[in-house]
Amino acid sequence: MATTSLRPCGDFRTTYQQDTVIFDTRNSRRAMILFLVVLYAMVLIPILSPGVEDAPVLGALFAPFTNAQYLSLAIQACYWGIAALGLNILVGFTGQISLGHAAFFGIGAFGSAYLNNTYGIPVVLSIPLAGVLAAVVGLLFGSPAARIKGLYLAIATLAAQFIIEDLFIRLDWFTGGSYGSLANSIELFGITFDTDPKFFLFALTITIVLFVAAANLMRTRDGRAFVAVRDHYLSAEVMGINLTKYRVLSFGISSFYAGIGGALYGHYLGFVSAEGFTILLSIQFLGIIIIGGLGSVMGAMLGTIFMVLLPEVMAGGVDIIASTEWGNTPMITNGLAFFKEMAIGAAIILFLIFEPDGLAHRWRLIKAYWKLYPFSY
Amino acid sequence: MSEETAILDVRAVSLQFGGVRALSGVTFSVAKGELFAIIGPNGAGKTSMMNCISGRYTPTDGRVVFKGRDVTDLKPNQRADLGIGRTFQNLALFGHMSVLDNIMVGRHHLLKNGFLSGALYWGLAQREELSHRRAVEDIIDFLEITHIRKAMAGTLSYGLRKRVELARAIALKPDLILLDEPMAGMNLEEKEDMARFIIDLNEEWGISVIMIEHDMGVVMDISHRVAVLDFGQKIAEGLPDEIMSNPRVKTAYLGEDDAEEVA
Repeated sequence: MATTSLRPCGDFRTTYQQDTVIFDTRNSRRAMILFLVVLYAMVLIPILSPGVEDAPVLGALFAPFTNAQYLSLAIQACYWGIAALGLNILVGFTGQISLGHAAFFGIGAFGSAYLNNTYGIPVVLSIPLAGVLAAVVGLLFGSPAARIKGLYLAIATLAAQFIIEDLFIRLDWFTGGSYGSLANSIELFGITFDTDPKFFLFALTITIVLFVAAANLMRTRDGRAFVAVRDHYLSAEVMGINLTKYRVLSFGISSFYAGIGGALYGHYLGFVSAEGFTILLSIQFLGIIIIGGLGSVMGAMLGTIFMVLLPEVMAGGVDIIASTEWGNTPMITNGLAFFKEMAIGAAIILFLIFEPDGLAHRWRLIKAYWKLYPFSY
Repeated sequence: MSEETAILDVRAVSLQFGGVRALSGVTFSVAKGELFAIIGPNGAGKTSMMNCISGRYTPTDGRVVFKGRDVTDLKPNQRADLGIGRTFQNLALFGHMSVLDNIMVGRHHLLKNGFLSGALYWGLAQREELSHRRAVEDIIDFLEITHIRKAMAGTLSYGLRKRVELARAIALKPDLILLDEPMAGMNLEEKEDMARFIIDLNEEWGISVIMIEHDMGVVMDISHRVAVLDFGQKIAEGLPDEIMSNPRVKTAYLGEDDAEEVA
């Protein structure tokens, strides 16, 4: 009971600074940094020295990092992960519900393309500006949260989803209407991030910055205020927390993240169309944070990776079954096509039943198991 | 009582919920540095009184004056800024936060970092967080909860939760602290500890205290003055001894000695 962290023997903290770190142990911090450095290196090396992937032994090593499909999945994990983190700040940390996250994601995508195309603002600037734009719209549509909670708020955000979705079609000057709008590649210091490996490095950098920012937020004043509002809003108010401010602010920050994620999505695809931001995507974001773990920064990323990989794994399984002799009948192959869609729903239900705290919690349990092994008591 | 020495002045406060009169014309004042107790039978309006002072309810009639300032129309969070802290009768901790974070929430109005500087966690924000952490550690030491600092508040036992809640209220650096049944459901040892903490924070930290409590032994031992509520009306106010011997209080709440026992 004394402590929930499992620190190795002899790891004593002598300052409050040491006790307020994001990563619980030095090794987990080092492991994360090492992982990221290696990831950067493995993607960067083939860019800097083209042809290395054709080398006999090294080539096999670099192959996964130049594989177009893997990279596009990794990029998807980045922009979804950012948006999911935003939703987790709103739903997981502040305890409010939003069914309109995809709309804010879309505002980011259209906004960045619009600012870049119309005003010639460089894409590296238009992305954060699109985030701010999404945040402003988020504050607007989040303002009902000042007065309503729970199911009623869910319906209010559902209205936001439909209103904004409709505006995407109608506001021709902003979104290009039903034709959609083109989004240019990112340029920075004369480098154009037009290929998958380059774009991945850019998206990864932004993802890291935003995740660290969220982790920092959660260990300081406003982050604590969010959680306080979620856990017991009456006593939060008596503790000097302005409920209205934090409920609405949470919408703003959440939409900012969604906007950045959406902007990256737009500039990655090069084309933004209104069909991409339906309520289904909103639900999918909710699914991500439920699977990953509500109220966990890392959970947002774990859930995203799970959600990105799930259809791929399912597709792989479906292909294997379809290639067998009994599986290759029309009835089964047709049925299997729906299998992929059902898997997402099934995953959410299974997580709600067996691991309501999500992958982040499961990860903590696994770590605790191995730290205590073989004396698991 | 003169204006200067009174930290809280409750002037003819009435509170109505539809046809129910929870409070009718209650007047009392608490002096700076006083340990003031409110007692009375269940449903007498004690907690409603607390809620009127802390801002949860706005009185239908009457004024609440804190440190010479009319706070009747202020929201709870604004009153917290002014220096009113409170604990709740039913536990109201943030269950999924660590004890440390719970208490740090109490520092909310004293901290200046916002979501931008907090997200950077660089320089000023970090220094500020750490210096307040130091202040919070003093409170943790004082209430002897060092061993549960990192535990989730929701996993603690009842007695400890009450203590953490007190710590959180102290972290506000209040001038007046409202304790709503701080000892309910505690065993004798926990009660003794809690009584000592309340006396210490009153005498050493110089915080004025208003306390609702049903344990008459504690109330009569530690409080300076006592007010008695019954059906939303103040029926008595005075020194503990006076209250004990007040016939009206005996009928309403304390109970008469049985004739047989006396005989």
